[in-house]
Amino acid sequence: MPVLLPVLLFVLALPSLQFVFGRQNQDMSAELQSSQTPWSRLLSSTAWSRRTLRQKEELIAYLLVSPWVIGFLAFILGPMLTSLGLSFTETDLFTLEFVGIENYTKLLSFDTTRTLFWTTLYNTAYYVFLSIPLTISVGFFIAMLLNQNISGQPTYRVVYYLPAVIPGIATSLLWLWLFQPEFGLINWALSLVGIEGPRWLFDRSTAKMALVLMSVWGAGSNMLIFLAGLQGIPTELYEAATIDGAGIWRRFRSITIPMISPTLFFVVVTQIIWSSQVFTNVYVMTEGKGGPANATLMMVLYLYQVAFRQYRMGYASAYAWVFFLILLVFTLILFRSSKAWVYYETEIGGQRS
Amino acid sequence: MSGAAIGIGSARASVKRSRRTQSVLIHAILIAGGIIVMIPLAWMLSTSLKPPHQITKFPPIWIPDPFVWSNYIRAVTIFPVSFLVFIKNSMYMSLMITLGTVLSNAVVAFAFARLSFRGSRVLFIIVLSTMMLPQQVTMIPLFILFSKFGWINTYNPLIVPHFFANAYFVFLLRQFYTTIPRELDDAARIDGCGVIGLFLRILLPLSKPALGITAIFAFTWAWNEFLGPLIYLSRMETYPLAIALSFLRAAHGVLWSELMVVSFIAMLPPVLLFFVAQKHYIQGIVITGVKG
Repeated sequence: MPVLLPVLLFVLALPSLQFVFGRQNQDMSAELQSSQTPWSRLLSSTAWSRRTLRQKEELIAYLLVSPWVIGFLAFILGPMLTSLGLSFTETDLFTLEFVGIENYTKLLSFDTTRTLFWTTLYNTAYYVFLSIPLTISVGFFIAMLLNQNISGQPTYRVVYYLPAVIPGIATSLLWLWLFQPEFGLINWALSLVGIEGPRWLFDRSTAKMALVLMSVWGAGSNMLIFLAGLQGIPTELYEAATIDGAGIWRRFRSITIPMISPTLFFVVVTQIIWSSQVFTNVYVMTEGKGGPANATLMMVLYLYQVAFRQYRMGYASAYAWVFFLILLVFTLILFRSSKAWVYYETEIGGQRS
Repeated sequence: MSGAAIGIGSARASVKRSRRTQSVLIHAILIAGGIIVMIPLAWMLSTSLKPPHQITKFPPIWIPDPFVWSNYIRAVTIFPVSFLVFIKNSMYMSLMITLGTVLSNAVVAFAFARLSFRGSRVLFIIVLSTMMLPQQVTMIPLFILFSKFGWINTYNPLIVPHFFANAYFVFLLRQFYTTIPRELDDAARIDGCGVIGLFLRILLPLSKPALGITAIFAFTWAWNEFLGPLIYLSRMETYPLAIALSFLRAAHGVLWSELMVVSFIAMLPPVLLFFVAQKHYIQGIVITGVKG
């Protein structure tokens, strides 16, 4: 397959590149150490050798970021371009046929008998926009409570974070059992307050909501990131504000919110990207089908079905690209808006001469 | 004089009292939430020890009678391949991924946080933008590529990419590095520390909590990884635990006790790791470094 050639070349070149970079890296650090002798320190005070030192530092910087650069070219950029190429073809690993933009026109067709794209988009958006506000607000709320210097904080932290470390497969099997309509714990709890529980995952009108509820159980991972952020706020700020007569609300609004805003931004962006890729839960709980009646057919699940069950790799590539572009637009909007509400102590890039 | 002193004293007492009611309230909320979090897990354990006829009792029975410990033996011997093979596979994959993740990201994030080089802004923006990239967009070409390598049914496609840094951890570590005061760098530079020395002696020791988070997250995610192994591994003896369990679900969908047993076993390593390591990585960033 000609499209794959650049990628192939790149990955094949990897070991040698690594070897060269690794070697140079060692040499550089040796040089650097020798530059720390008193003699060279004297030398470095002259303008000429300061410039070379800066150049050396720049070279070291490039070497240090090189693992990422190589990984980016070999495992991200190369495959992405290949994927774009494949999206104009129909291929099943063995044959390859150029079909132009047919994959896209079929995918984005408004005739819903021809495409499942709109169904999967709706399902995914429903899940993302319900689960994110819930998990973030629950996580932040618990982090704020835990940050109040209360006793037993380590125990609470462990308890709340616990669901986040449990493998998705175990969580899925557990919640499948909890949502079980006849003997499940959730419908039993509802029956205690006189509500007849729905059939959850077996009913197309409640299946997605079941997945959202389940995601809130994992809000502990957000809690942990928020807590780390809150604990990173210097206590001096609060002390100074208290001396100046600031109340709880004022301290929260003028210190906590701005200082936590980079963390919040980070969490929102990563959550949107991750939860839109929801896969394991749906795959396990619906036996890879996304039922009932496609009500839980999420974008990635459908992508998996098309690519690795039906082996329509070209169509799947087109689908992956559309999925990617949708996420991209969302993220760009978020980044644009971040200037208005995210407060950074040091500028991005950390440029300082 | 004395009246003012009494006034201050009672004001202090009322502050103390409101503090106490506040902390009681916080504890009440946290305990209630904690119970909601723990109930499903208690239910999992309860189900795993039940005799078959008690599983479908409604209203549910919380304490199994009797405790059927043999559920555990039956659940782990239900597979055609030894259960230990799955555990070994998961361990190997997770440890290798953790190693690669910590090594590569600590270095790359350092360069972005502390070194100035031409193109660093552009490069960092590219790093950030790859974080927005769903892995699905590269999934198909990578599958084709790795299958040409003959890497299907091996762990290479799942491990090797992690040795080349990852946008999420670069971003996370860089965020942590930037909270370490630059005054420390300047002081170290004045004392004759080079770039590598600055990294190894100043930033690395101060960012232990962040590296701990990285390692724990990397291990946990690797252990819980599902889509990757599902695509690349098709022989049962190569399955990690997660995939083995999903097949148990497909083959024996209603054996709830057995499913809860293996789910419980699958969650033990990340949970135990978390119990052991949580103190270290939660401590936060050592901003006090500048004072000391």
